[in-house]
Amino acid sequence: MTAILRPAVAMVLLLTALLGIAMPLAMTGIAGLVFPDQAGGSLIRRDGRVVGSALIGQAFTGPRYFHPRPSATAPEPYNAAAGAASQLGPTSAALLDSVRQRVAAVGGPTVPADAATASGSGLDPHISPENAARQIARVAQARGLPEDRLAALVAQHIEGRELGLLGEPRVNVLRLNLALDALAGT
Amino acid sequence: MTWIGWAQIALVLACVIAAAIPLGRYIDAVAAGRVAWLAPLEHALYQAAGIDPARGMGWKAYVLAMLAANAGGFVLLYALLRLQGALPLNPQGFGGLSPWLAFNTAVSFVTNTNWQAYSGEAAMSHLSQMAGLTVQNFLSAATGIALALAVCRAFAAGGVKNLGNFWADFLRITLYVLLPLSIVVGLVFVAMGMPQTLVGAAGATTLEGGTQTIALGPVAFQVAIKHLGTNGGGFFGVNALHPFEGPSALATALQIWAQQVIPFALALTFGHIVGDVRQGRALLGVMLGYILIATALVYAAEAGGNPLHLAAGVDPAQGNMEGKDLRFGMALAALFTASTTGASCGAVNAMLDSFTPLGGLVPMVLIQLGEVLPGGVGSGLYGMLVFVLLAVFVAGLMVGRTPEYLGKKVQAREVKLAMLAVLVLPASILGFTAVSLVLPSAVSSIQDAGPHGLSEMLYAFTSATGNNGSAFGGLTADTPWLNTTLGIAMLLGRFAYVVPVMAIAGSLAAKPKLGASTGTFPTHGPLFAGLLAGVILILGGLQFMPALALGPLAEHFVLLAGKTF
Repeated sequence: MTAILRPAVAMVLLLTALLGIAMPLAMTGIAGLVFPDQAGGSLIRRDGRVVGSALIGQAFTGPRYFHPRPSATAPEPYNAAAGAASQLGPTSAALLDSVRQRVAAVGGPTVPADAATASGSGLDPHISPENAARQIARVAQARGLPEDRLAALVAQHIEGRELGLLGEPRVNVLRLNLALDALAGT
Repeated sequence: MTWIGWAQIALVLACVIAAAIPLGRYIDAVAAGRVAWLAPLEHALYQAAGIDPARGMGWKAYVLAMLAANAGGFVLLYALLRLQGALPLNPQGFGGLSPWLAFNTAVSFVTNTNWQAYSGEAAMSHLSQMAGLTVQNFLSAATGIALALAVCRAFAAGGVKNLGNFWADFLRITLYVLLPLSIVVGLVFVAMGMPQTLVGAAGATTLEGGTQTIALGPVAFQVAIKHLGTNGGGFFGVNALHPFEGPSALATALQIWAQQVIPFALALTFGHIVGDVRQGRALLGVMLGYILIATALVYAAEAGGNPLHLAAGVDPAQGNMEGKDLRFGMALAALFTASTTGASCGAVNAMLDSFTPLGGLVPMVLIQLGEVLPGGVGSGLYGMLVFVLLAVFVAGLMVGRTPEYLGKKVQAREVKLAMLAVLVLPASILGFTAVSLVLPSAVSSIQDAGPHGLSEMLYAFTSATGNNGSAFGGLTADTPWLNTTLGIAMLLGRFAYVVPVMAIAGSLAAKPKLGASTGTFPTHGPLFAGLLAGVILILGGLQFMPALALGPLAEHFVLLAGKTF
């Protein structure tokens, strides 16, 4: 019995020290030196204060900003301490009700799917270019800016497919709204 | 579906195959002890643990050593999870897990399942993630690959008892394959935006003046082995959807690559070990064919959208976006879904519970087919070899000859043991699901009413028994009943499956290796690949048909009829 257990106990403890303590700490050290920005969460600062992460969506509800996708995190949307999806199934009446309300709020006849559905992470930082375009009139009115100026700003912020191939064209809402604030000079 | 979407899928799969070819050869060299660039560390570890790596083991000794390693891992992980509140590296101050949840989680990570009845950023200390979960990601993957190597050796030589040394296989795979790949992939992940820090969370003041707490941690290294070891357990609750765990389409593509590369490489390693690379290519061909079909089905179903939502005014251009993030795109979500369930990984980059009925059917079927397409690291290969034995048995019945595979006669004992292994899946999946659907305390865990509710429960036991770990996440799984029964299902799926498989290996190794004759059925051509694909579908899939008809298939027709629950 000892002949079987001794290697098992020793191996598990030694490999825990190597793979579970030494390696993660070494990786943390290297990552912090070589890629300090990414390793720390890609935080964005404005006037020295952290205003969010380039990778994490945040809630915008006022008319002066572009709005992100619906988020199912609790207790409030875009809770980045506990990402969550609705997990509602395709025949869910509750989901269909939510979709109808969002379509009505955005205004039809049709609404881009990303504006009518909750993201999987609850923290989706992006919206589709069509979704952004649909919000230009509202933001322009709230800020007293000409629509074509905002349209140009949105166009600048459309990120293409990665390597020209992977993923989908999209707009990072936080970056767009930061540019919006800079544009208006607030 | 679009052409650019298919180009993305083709690019990722081409990169998988291109890397699997040299990696398959390299793993063969590692298994044979020809790789030694970390020899001082390797030998120091043998010495400290009192291991003689040159001592050969028969199948029983090999299984006993494997069980001891896994039992040791379970005890340590269970203790860490229960005690994390009193241990260091806990910046968020999380308390210990309940006994039920700690049991479920420890079993889950030791069996390479990585089912998660908790949400990482809201329950796990950094120490638990690093020294507990990350370590088991390595060790459960090394366990699976070691077992597969032992099974491969049974086909290579005639009249032997020795299947190799478990500890040597286990340690060499860890040091020479899993660790270096994880370091490289982990650093690339950091460059792509994944955090790797000991900070618990960052506070932000949002542009509208609110506050946002952003959970952080040592993510990248854990996520690297999570995919390379086909473990799948996320650092964060929403897994590879979390922008820190899946920061970009490129990152999600690299994750698909990482899930697939070792299982596909092992099919080729098998060819090298038995001395006929064509045999490995035939297995790889069947695996790849199924993955392509499954990807096409998911892609078509999800890109088509939810007809109820389209009727309510949703633009059909993007497809079904509930539970999906924008940056990955539908093609990579479909490929990831087929990959993660075909490869027994269980990570998700789209929430399966919100898939269309047919889109959700495909991942469930891929797991039920036995996790062999290409399956988990190691477990996929030995599972595939079980189907191979059954396929040559079926072929033998048709022509009235004693079936043979690679010069080994396949006789009553091997076929009985193979059937025993194959029957573990339906017995556990259908048995536990049936009981849970009549127990009120279990039924109350179901979120969605109608056929979808049945799918949630069926998926849970499918995922646990198949050692996959993905979920229809609406199910409230953190209950004493589900934590316990899903834990038992995971143990059955891993150990009740592999013990008969190792018994087959022991039995085959002892047989003489016969030369090929004119009557030998070639097992490397398209005819055999087609037969194997058919046996997998019929033996693996048919038994689940009634349950699938009541769940996702019923839901599909209900949805077409416009009914909601």
